[in-house]
Amino acid sequence: MAESKQIKTMVDVGKAALQVSDGERVEKTLLRAKGPGDDKIHTWPHLVRAEFLCFLAVLAFMLVWSLLVDAPLEQPAAPTRTPNPSKAPWYFLGLQEILVFFDPWHAGVVLPSFIIVGLMVLPFIDINPKGNGYFCYADRKWEILTFFGGFHFLWIVLIVVGTFLRGPGWNWFWPWEVWDSHKVVAMSNVDLPYLFGFRDYTLSALFGLAVVGGYFVIGTALMYWLIVRAKGREFMERWGMARFGLASFLFLNMIAVVIKLVMRMGFNIKYIMVTPWINI
Amino acid sequence: MNKWEEIKQQIVESPVWQSIFRHGYDDTPRNRVLMVSGNVWLHLHPSKVRRHGIRLKFTWCMGGITFLMFLITVVTGVYLMFYYRPVAEYAYADMKYLEFDMPFGMLMRNMHRWAAHAMVIAVWLHMFRVFMTGSYKPPREFNWVVGVILLVLTLLLSFTGYLLPWDQLSIWAVTVGSNMARATPLLGHEGPFAEFAGVNAVYDARALIFGGGEIGPHTLLRFYILHCIFFPLVTTLLLIVHFWRIRRDGLSGPAL
Ligand code: HEM
Repeated sequence: MAESKQIKTMVDVGKAALQVSDGERVEKTLLRAKGPGDDKIHTWPHLVRAEFLCFLAVLAFMLVWSLLVDAPLEQPAAPTRTPNPSKAPWYFLGLQEILVFFDPWHAGVVLPSFIIVGLMVLPFIDINPKGNGYFCYADRKWEILTFFGGFHFLWIVLIVVGTFLRGPGWNWFWPWEVWDSHKVVAMSNVDLPYLFGFRDYTLSALFGLAVVGGYFVIGTALMYWLIVRAKGREFMERWGMARFGLASFLFLNMIAVVIKLVMRMGFNIKYIMVTPWINI
Repeated sequence: MNKWEEIKQQIVESPVWQSIFRHGYDDTPRNRVLMVSGNVWLHLHPSKVRRHGIRLKFTWCMGGITFLMFLITVVTGVYLMFYYRPVAEYAYADMKYLEFDMPFGMLMRNMHRWAAHAMVIAVWLHMFRVFMTGSYKPPREFNWVVGVILLVLTLLLSFTGYLLPWDQLSIWAVTVGSNMARATPLLGHEGPFAEFAGVNAVYDARALIFGGGEIGPHTLLRFYILHCIFFPLVTTLLLIVHFWRIRRDGLSGPAL
């Protein structure tokens, strides 16, 4: 009874689920087993049956879907007639959307490479031994928050924007607006050095370089300080400089996407750094 | 014993039957193990699994569904290959032919396409599940890396297939998607340091993807071969590694 009083709303249920830690999870699984050493069951029939039922259900679903909805086939290819807008396949639209904030060499090549490399090094960066093999938020707050930020917020939200909210000229159209291919959008973007009063080309470039370099230097220092504060010096020593450096570099690159998104959408700033070779 | 039982017994005891099937369906612990270990496909599983491992709540069945989507595209893809020629003059007409003249052509095409999309979604959800259960932690770090390559391959499979209908949707989506390559630093002719590296429009990273300076018939053939032969083969090889590793390490779960 006492328990049912504590947990009243769905929010409480969620909170309770999030608070469960390592020890309790393990206990629960063990309780479900019938006795010591009885945590294992036979693959046949238990797992094979579950797989088979899942297989049938999904196959039926795919059949119905394919019977009801036809795959698109448009006009024959015409290399001289460019549609407006031209959109990449939906799963790449997040990257195409980032083209609004970054030049193609960064949005289309460097960032995707960082995403792939970042995913690959994840198991080697994350040295938290807890939370292996069960769902638990409390044991791995930072890992989960970062993943949610990168995957759910950036990747998925940008795909939704690119798919549903971008029309001709890659301009923003709400779903209830008509796609007007003559929509005029004032091009009032300026570069950050210009905004700060720099008019000389070389000085602007140097200023931009200082801002970008400063971002990474100060950002890394800040992360170092925050992590030592939150987790202690002992953790930082165990983690090691190579892991920390890689993690903070990738993390800062991810945050940079958000920063440029805000700068561009909120303040019409196009580039932070302009040089004859690359612009950022 | 009635007539049918007798016939059944004769079949089951015949040398032909016994040469194929080594054991029946008796529900004994011994037979349950044999069922899995004696079958080349089922023995991808261990013969016993941890209790939580078969719960939908744990795996969301997403790895399995990703694999099922791969299988569906393989089967329907073979059917599509019978009627499709990767030549600019024919490709689009073959799609129409397939849709309107071939028995089940439209259905096969739909299933192929929707399964491909579903595979992309399922592989993301699978990765998300593996992340949420922390299953990339030791000893499964390497299998996570293999998984990331599989994720990239899934996208490449889907992307190369996108071009094949040779309609407006496909060539422009692929053009936009591949145009990025010309901005690759050093390797793309519009990227940073292009002059330094000496690349140009017909000799750079995008030309490697397109098979020339522009998207065209050569691109179609290139994508067809990558889509139907190269990427499926590499994916299959890596899936073997992926599954083998899961078998060796066991499914992750709370420490006992
Ligand atoms: C073609 C794509 C893929 C297929 C067909 C596939 C298939 C599977 C299957 C059937 C399992 C068994 C458990 C389950 O169903 O969840 C599994 C486990 C696993 N997968 Fe994948 N997978 C793919 C891609 C990936 C990706 C993209 C990742 C991560 C980036 C990944 C990492 C793992 C890991 C670490 C396990 C072990 C999980 C555990 O022990 O709990 N896989 N995979």
